[in-house]
Amino acid sequence: MKYTGKIYKFGADVDTDAIIPARYLNTFDPRELAKHCMEDADPAFPARVQPGDIIVADKNFGCGSSREHAPIAIKGAGVSCVVARSFARIFYRNSINIGLPILECDEAIDGIEEGDQIEVDLESGQIINLRTGISYQAQPFPAFMQEIMAKGGLINYVKDKG
Amino acid sequence: MGMTITQKILADHAGKEVAEPGELINCRVDVVLGNDVTAPVAISEFEKLGRDKVFDQDKIVLVPDHFAPNKDIKSAEQCKLMREFARAKGIKNYFEIGQMGIEHCLLPEQGLVLPGDVIIGADSHTCTYGALGAFATGVGSTDMAAAMATGEAWFKVPGTIKFIYYGQLPRWVSGKDLILHTIGDIGVDGARYMAMEFTGEAIAALSMDNRFTMSNMAIEAGGKNGIIAPDDTTTAYVKERARRSFRLYQSDADATYAEVREYDVSTLEPIVAFPHLPENTKKVSEAQGVKLDQVVIGSCTNGRLEDLQIAAGILKGKKVHPEIRVLVFPGTQQILLEALRRGYVETFVEAGAIVSTPTCGPCLGGHMGILAKGERALATTNRNFVGRMGHPQSEVYLSSPAVAAASAITGEITPPWQV
Repeated sequence: MKYTGKIYKFGADVDTDAIIPARYLNTFDPRELAKHCMEDADPAFPARVQPGDIIVADKNFGCGSSREHAPIAIKGAGVSCVVARSFARIFYRNSINIGLPILECDEAIDGIEEGDQIEVDLESGQIINLRTGISYQAQPFPAFMQEIMAKGGLINYVKDKG
Repeated sequence: MGMTITQKILADHAGKEVAEPGELINCRVDVVLGNDVTAPVAISEFEKLGRDKVFDQDKIVLVPDHFAPNKDIKSAEQCKLMREFARAKGIKNYFEIGQMGIEHCLLPEQGLVLPGDVIIGADSHTCTYGALGAFATGVGSTDMAAAMATGEAWFKVPGTIKFIYYGQLPRWVSGKDLILHTIGDIGVDGARYMAMEFTGEAIAALSMDNRFTMSNMAIEAGGKNGIIAPDDTTTAYVKERARRSFRLYQSDADATYAEVREYDVSTLEPIVAFPHLPENTKKVSEAQGVKLDQVVIGSCTNGRLEDLQIAAGILKGKKVHPEIRVLVFPGTQQILLEALRRGYVETFVEAGAIVSTPTCGPCLGGHMGILAKGERALATTNRNFVGRMGHPQSEVYLSSPAVAAASAITGEITPPWQV
């Protein structure tokens, strides 16, 4: 699966309260959550983000709460993929479980700027900056997680196992 | 080669002799937990599986604590969804307000989580139960849904960082200060994906309430779990609560650690974490004088009886500063009742603080004490992210109950020995 989109770049330690503040957690409707996605990190983000856009962030993206509303809000906002230097553990797990594509890649973070167009190949882990033409190699998902992703998330995976 | 306590618990629950760090395993879980924010999502996912039954009616725990008592109509709907699911599936451990408490204070108190367990909870502070010598970790709602159906969860076996705390804790230095100091040292991702194992003579001397506080904040360093091997303090705590058997695990002497960090606690001071990350720590003497609008004492981190005892001891016969609001959140109904019996509630009310029913409340900016733009709070809670307690331009500082109580009197961050 390949994704091409425009970059929104964020710094280190973007927490789940910044991704979706708790004041909006009285619902889990993706469209409602999307209206407030990344609001406390960048108030203009929900209005600016377009379907297919890609979030690129520094280390420890999604730290803090276990709220699955965080990847749901990002997916609901139409973001196709998140690339970060590293992800907080629960956010990483939740993203796989709900089918939000994510990749960890150290070098790509330094080589990509806000507004760049990039292409991400989930299977191979290759990330290409379409502005500079430089490509970066991320570690692809372990086979076990690829299987969960291929089935469209953990629920389908469990369903198929019976 | 020996194993750590975390490896041993995971190996046993996966039916394996050995569990090596990095290995992906499928584990039987002893407890699956959810709250009024995360369980509704899990229930909606569970329904997609098309199963009539949950894997075990005794092993699922549902606690409406975040926005309960219902703060608005949407929250009321979420709690209703959870309540009806609990009834329909015959889930025994659903706690309505009146029996309810903040989940991570409630489960240990009720003997629902025990040493040697594997516990997953759709709440990041599920790591609290590591203080009992259990493997406990936070997951998302979909993991919770799958586990409610299968009684299993997949894990990558974590490597372990061993933290050794030497020496005797000075007066006013608590488990909260130890964990804040540790997070300040290693950073908010210093233990990302890792097990944190807390050991040493200072840990051995800690009460259970202080141990829960330490394990509770393992997630604030990115930890997968924060575990303390069981000892006499642990067994004394669980033996009067447990209604099923449990197992005491210890790390092997020749267990392999990814890293060992050592601290001399005898020279520590109470710690304050500055906005907007728990790693921004300073000694209280260096934080002194920061003006406050609000003080919050409570939460799953510091809402236990000993926390209230310390705060009441400082506030007894004193008044809170006239320009600040002070809110106390006991962790459970039982803690509230005991605080009433011991006169702590009277002390708080006479001092000019309010005492709430148990709820997560302002800790995550839900309700009951939200901050306006530009306001500043000192809280015994666990996170001080941007907007955590309200307006994105408000600020949260984190401390122990002793520092919070002392600061409630002066209206600014104050060392407890100065009041």
